[in-house]
Amino acid sequence: MQGLTHFFQHIGISSAFWSFFIATIIYGVFVFTFLALFALVAVYLERKVSGHMQDRLGPMRVGWHGLLQTVADTLKLLAKEDIIPRNADRLLFVLAPVVLFLGTYMVFAALPFGPGIIGSDLNVGLFYIIAVSSLVVIGIIMAGYSSNNKWSLYGGMRSAAQIISYEIPVGLSLIIGVMMSSSLHIGQMVQAQATGLWGLGGIFGWNFIQNPFAFIALFVYVVAGTAEANRTPFDLPEAESELVAGAFTEYSGMRWAFFFLAEYANMWVVGVLGAVVFLGGWNSPIPGDVYVPGFVWLFAKAFGIVFLQIWARWTFPRLRVDQLMVTSWKYLTPIAFFNLVGVGFWLLLI
Amino acid sequence: MNPVIQYFKNIKDAVVTTGVGFGVTFRHLFTRSITLQYPTEKWDLPERSRMRLHMDWEDCIGCFKCARACPVDCIYITTTKVPKDFDLGETANGTPKRLLVEQFDIDMSECMYCALCVSPCPEECLYMTREYEFSVYDREELIYDFVTMPEGLTEEAYVAIQEEKRAKAEAARKKKEARAEKESKQTDTKGE
Repeated sequence: MQGLTHFFQHIGISSAFWSFFIATIIYGVFVFTFLALFALVAVYLERKVSGHMQDRLGPMRVGWHGLLQTVADTLKLLAKEDIIPRNADRLLFVLAPVVLFLGTYMVFAALPFGPGIIGSDLNVGLFYIIAVSSLVVIGIIMAGYSSNNKWSLYGGMRSAAQIISYEIPVGLSLIIGVMMSSSLHIGQMVQAQATGLWGLGGIFGWNFIQNPFAFIALFVYVVAGTAEANRTPFDLPEAESELVAGAFTEYSGMRWAFFFLAEYANMWVVGVLGAVVFLGGWNSPIPGDVYVPGFVWLFAKAFGIVFLQIWARWTFPRLRVDQLMVTSWKYLTPIAFFNLVGVGFWLLLI
Repeated sequence: MNPVIQYFKNIKDAVVTTGVGFGVTFRHLFTRSITLQYPTEKWDLPERSRMRLHMDWEDCIGCFKCARACPVDCIYITTTKVPKDFDLGETANGTPKRLLVEQFDIDMSECMYCALCVSPCPEECLYMTREYEFSVYDREELIYDFVTMPEGLTEEAYVAIQEEKRAKAEAARKKKEARAEKESKQTDTKGE
């Protein structure tokens, strides 16, 4: 972003405001395009992985091994009729997908795509991301309330309870990374993982391998992050078998596509955050100088976590509401606190 | 059990069972899939599969045995007597045809695929095929008409066609004979 701004200043747009403005729009379009493409790839991956995990083939017809299936599905979604129920709260109904997507989209302002490829290089980047991503829950509650449908409302309520509960283990786990890197700045956090305690570099510098508490924290983070992205086995807000499609029941066409896009964008956010905080960001896993562009490593790690989420979806059945609460409050949160204290002592004593 | 021990046992169980579950799905990720790409690939049918019925009209003598055997009465046959000097030809088995089979319809929407009609047929002209993809938009389309005689053909015209056919066959036979004779003569002269 800064680079883009400087570029526009360099080619003759003298006003700092206008060059910043143009750069913002270009970066925003880039992020949106990336999200759309990522959703295409992730949906295809999801369907293929689910197929093969159930000894099926998955999409095979459209394009080579069904490669164009998701493109065709997207075109279908775009062409669909946009239905607003008669008794719906129109304003909130129309606004809900926007708010939901905005919550996810705003995260990308401070989410890196690689070394230096970042919208706004905030010195409290991680804090900003955690704060903004909570906006998602408002979108889901709006969608559930405005649909004027009991299933939607149930979905919205569950979503609120779920996301608020799981924010805590996610936050506490990420704080461990912050403590170990002693920074909230994304770039500095990654930089701190380049060498590590033993000075070996490579995978030995990454946070999750530094001490047992951080290792546990990575798993707590992935589980709670999956819950925050509303993915199975924590997809209670849209539990198909109980609530039809939960908060999204009454949505169709483009608006529904935005919910879908936000879900996959959330998966990506969880993946990148996990990579940055625990898995060394864009650092190479091999010690020594290996020249591979940083974003390749970051994407590989993020995709690894995304794959883990897909894998979990096709392995575990959905939790009951009480089981969901028990998992968060009785297990994940205490474990996260235990990790926090443990890392504190570890950093103090060793 | 002591609740504290139970708590840590729960954590251990959760971690272990999660791992087991992941292992199962990961193994299946690389198991060969059992999907058959249906319209392009098809299952091999069993040896004596019973699918759509077919009848060769040229070989039918109109004996009604199949229609009588049918438990659901879905075979409709109409036959007509032809004058004595009219020749309807022979079946593939060599049986002379005495009745003109004007109608031979099988209603496949009623058929229950028991194949009881197949075995009584003396000319072996009614049999089960292996075709099972014959869904249609209208139920009427499931009534299959096996009479290959063109619509509106009278007995006289049919006989005339038969005559013509036989004449042609006769001519061909004569021509062949003549050629054979000629050839044998040639070989004779060569032999001398």
